[in-house]
Amino acid sequence: MIEFKHVSVNFKQHKQIFEAVNDAHFKIEKGEIFGIAGSSGAGKSTLLRTINLLQTVSSGEILVDGENITNYRRNQLRILRRNIGMIFQHFNLARNLTVYQNIAFVLKAAGKSKSETETRVNELLKLVNLSDKANSYPANLSGGEKQRVAIARALANDAKILLCDEPTSALDLETTSSILSLLKDLNKKFGITIVIITHELDVIKSICNRCAVMNKGSVIEIGDVYDIFTKPRVDFTRQLLSHTNHFSLPEEIISKMQGPIIRLTFKGDNANNPILSYAANTFQIGFNILLGKIEYINGLPLGILYVELIGEVDTIKLAIEYLAANTADLEVINHGL
Amino acid sequence: MAFDLKAALLLTFGQTMQMVISSLLAAIIIGGSIGLLLFLTSNTLFLKNRAINQIVGVIINITRSIPFLILLVLMIPVSKAIVHTSIGPNAVVIPLAVAAIAFFGRLSEASFSDVDNGVLEAAIASGASKLSIVLKILLPEALPSLIKNITVTAVSLIGFSAMAGTVGGGGIGDLAIRYGYQRYEPEVMFICVIVLVLLVQIFQIIGDSSAKKLDKTSK
Repeated sequence: MIEFKHVSVNFKQHKQIFEAVNDAHFKIEKGEIFGIAGSSGAGKSTLLRTINLLQTVSSGEILVDGENITNYRRNQLRILRRNIGMIFQHFNLARNLTVYQNIAFVLKAAGKSKSETETRVNELLKLVNLSDKANSYPANLSGGEKQRVAIARALANDAKILLCDEPTSALDLETTSSILSLLKDLNKKFGITIVIITHELDVIKSICNRCAVMNKGSVIEIGDVYDIFTKPRVDFTRQLLSHTNHFSLPEEIISKMQGPIIRLTFKGDNANNPILSYAANTFQIGFNILLGKIEYINGLPLGILYVELIGEVDTIKLAIEYLAANTADLEVINHGL
Repeated sequence: MAFDLKAALLLTFGQTMQMVISSLLAAIIIGGSIGLLLFLTSNTLFLKNRAINQIVGVIINITRSIPFLILLVLMIPVSKAIVHTSIGPNAVVIPLAVAAIAFFGRLSEASFSDVDNGVLEAAIASGASKLSIVLKILLPEALPSLIKNITVTAVSLIGFSAMAGTVGGGGIGDLAIRYGYQRYEPEVMFICVIVLVLLVQIFQIIGDSSAKKLDKTSK
C-alpha cells in the first residue's frame, strides 16, 4: 500500500545540512494500523508528511498502491491528496467556518455538486456522531468533537489512507480512547489504512498492528507491536518503553522485604497458566504478591508481577529455576537476606 | 461672522468623506492584494518567492518612510497626469491612496500571516486548489483581523486628510486650520475637532462591531 524505498529528507539550516529522515525503507500493508513512535525531533512527522508530499523527499522513492508518487505535481498531486486524509494534533479546523462548512470545503474543492456535498456531509456527521453540531463553530466544540470533525473532513472524499499526526496528544485520556476506538472502527468498517505517529506509546499499544520506532531520523526497529513491546531488540526502544511503563516497585518497599523479590513477565499462552500456584504447591514456598498487572496488546496478554518469595533458601532456588523456565522473563530484583 | 459656518462644515465634511472613502477603497483593493501577494510569496505552502517578496517589501517600505506632507508634494505630477489637476479633493486622493495602499498592504499582510498555518496545511493536504484555499479558507479566517486593520487605515486617513489643505484639498481639517488657527477663530477649530472626533468614533464603532460579528474564534 505505502512503500518507502530508501527515503531521505534533508533540511538546510544555517548552511548546515540536517538529516530529518535517513534512509527509511519499509512497507505499510493495506488495511493495517501502523504506528510510528519516537521522541520529539525523531523525524516521525517529516516521514509522515512525505506520504502526501506535504514534505518533498531529498532522495528515494515513495510508492502508494504500487505507483511512484515522488514526482507528482499539481493535478496528480491534488488527486492523490484527496485519497489520503490527514488529521492533526491541533485539529486545524478553519475557525470562522462552521462544522458543516469545514467538511463541505474539501468536497466542493474536489468538484462535488451542492447536493452531493450536502448528502455526503450529513452522512459523515452521522458517522462521527456529530449530526447535531453541523452549524456550530469549532470554538464551541470540545477537543474530542473537533478531532471527530477533522476525521470526517479527512475521509470526506473516500480516502483509502488516513495519516494521523499526534491525533490524541492534545486530548485527555477518556477522549483519547474514544478517538482511538473511532479510528479502529473506521479501519474495520472501511478497511482504511491508518498511519499514526505519536510519542504516546499507549496509543500504539492500544490500536496498532505493527509499528516502527524512530530515533534521530532513522527507523531503528520495526515489527509487530506485541513483539516490540514484549521484547524490544534495541536499547533505545527499551528506554522509550521504560519512560511510559511507570510500573516498578518503590525502593522503600524493596528494602523492607525480607525474602528475595523477583519480577516475572508472562506473555501469550503462559499468561493464562496457573504457574505460581503450581510452584507454591510443588516447592512448598509462599508468594507475597507486591505488584502486578495484565494488559492486552493486539489482543494478546502481557502480565508483569512482582513477588516476594518466602521459604527455605534451597527450595527458593528450585522455584526460581522452575519459574524462569515457564515464564517469558524472570528478573531477580533483590536477593534478600 | 462673515461666513456661513454650517455651509462650510457641510462642504468640508463632504470633501473629507470623499477623500477618505475613495482612498480607503483603493487601499482595500490594491493594498489588500499587495498584502496577499506579500503573504503568498513568503509562505512555503503557497508561492514562496524571496525575490518578489523582497522587491515588493522594499517598495512598500520606501513609500511608508516618506512623510505624508512630502508625499503630497511629490505626487503633484502624478495627480496632474491621472486626474488632470493638482489642487482640490480629487487631486489629494492620489497621494492619500498611495499612502493608504502602502499602509494597508503591510497591515493586511500581517492579518494573513496571523491565520493558523496548520489550518492552511490541512486544506493543502485535502487536495484543494490554492485559489480555493485563498478564497474560502484564508480570506474568511483573516477577515475579522482585516476589518480591524481597515478601521485603523480609515482612522489614519482622516488624520492624513487634514493635511490636504496644503495643496488646496479642502476638508474639515483644512477648515480648522484656516479659520480656527490662521484667523484665530477658536470656536470654528473646536467644532471641526468635535466633528473629526465623532467621525473617528463612528468608523471605530462600525469596524469593531463588524469584526466582532465575523470572528467566531471565541465562544
